[in-house]
Amino acid sequence: MVVGCLEGDCHYVSGNIRAKARVKRVYGILDRIKIGPDRIRMYNLSAGEGSKFAAYANEFVEKVRELGPSPINLVRAGQARAVSQKEAT
Amino acid sequence: MITGTPKPIEEIMEMVEPYDNIILAGCHGCVTVCRVGGEKEVQVLASTLRLAREAGGRTIKIREVSLERQCDPEYVEQMRPYVGDYQAVLSIACGAGIQFLAEKFTTTPLLPGINTGFLGVTERQGEWSERCQGCGDCVLHLTGGICPVTRCAKSLFHGPCGGSVQGICEVDKSVKCGWQLIIDRLKALNQMENYTKFKPFKGWSTARDGGPRRIIREDMI
Repeated sequence: MVVGCLEGDCHYVSGNIRAKARVKRVYGILDRIKIGPDRIRMYNLSAGEGSKFAAYANEFVEKVRELGPSPINLVRAGQARAVSQKEAT
Repeated sequence: MITGTPKPIEEIMEMVEPYDNIILAGCHGCVTVCRVGGEKEVQVLASTLRLAREAGGRTIKIREVSLERQCDPEYVEQMRPYVGDYQAVLSIACGAGIQFLAEKFTTTPLLPGINTGFLGVTERQGEWSERCQGCGDCVLHLTGGICPVTRCAKSLFHGPCGGSVQGICEVDKSVKCGWQLIIDRLKALNQMENYTKFKPFKGWSTARDGGPRRIIREDMI
């Protein structure tokens, strides 16, 4: 989860716009390596919007839950299972 | 600087497919400036490859390295003590750097992680454009500092062609006619007499047409 200022309201003028472009690039990378683009998301809000931040955080957590474990974690879990089974035998 | 663009990750994955233990080598020179092959790009690409490999059920060991320049022997030699411990080197330097590594480390396969582009300038952050084709016989003093070889799509030497319309080149609406730029600049400099100073034919033997080029400076050897 990447959080930037509201567009047009950034202390660094275009820092949040640049961050948006970078995040878009990461979407592409994750999509192309089959991890999926949904595991990163950028939100824009001001420093005074605490409740909105909480809502966005909850929304993103829900999204991650919905997606389930990442393909990498599934592979790692499978490998760990294989090792423990081997050790058991 | 020498510019470049990253190769698609799928293409890189295919190249590294046979290997489980590689060096990923960046360069602190031009490719760092154009954000395609520097230390940061080494880190991003290495992480991407590790994640992609792991997602596919295999792991890959990657040693991340960034040389000061991959086109100078003193920096390339820094890799010699450990290069033999790895199955391949994936380089994200320009084509010159990649080839230089290949020449120095003859028993290690070299893989290109970027597509090398052109000699150019930074227009603004994230945008680069071509300025020089290294023709080996510079005429910028006659053309208002604007290169007809590079800026004219046809590399013409005697003014704009019929495809120049209102200062725009026929190959692309975003491309300005190089010769219109030259003439405008010569007028501004009050140097239009240079327009008639061209030699009838440009000798291209100093360019790529003469084969791979070499510079030998006796005073530097």
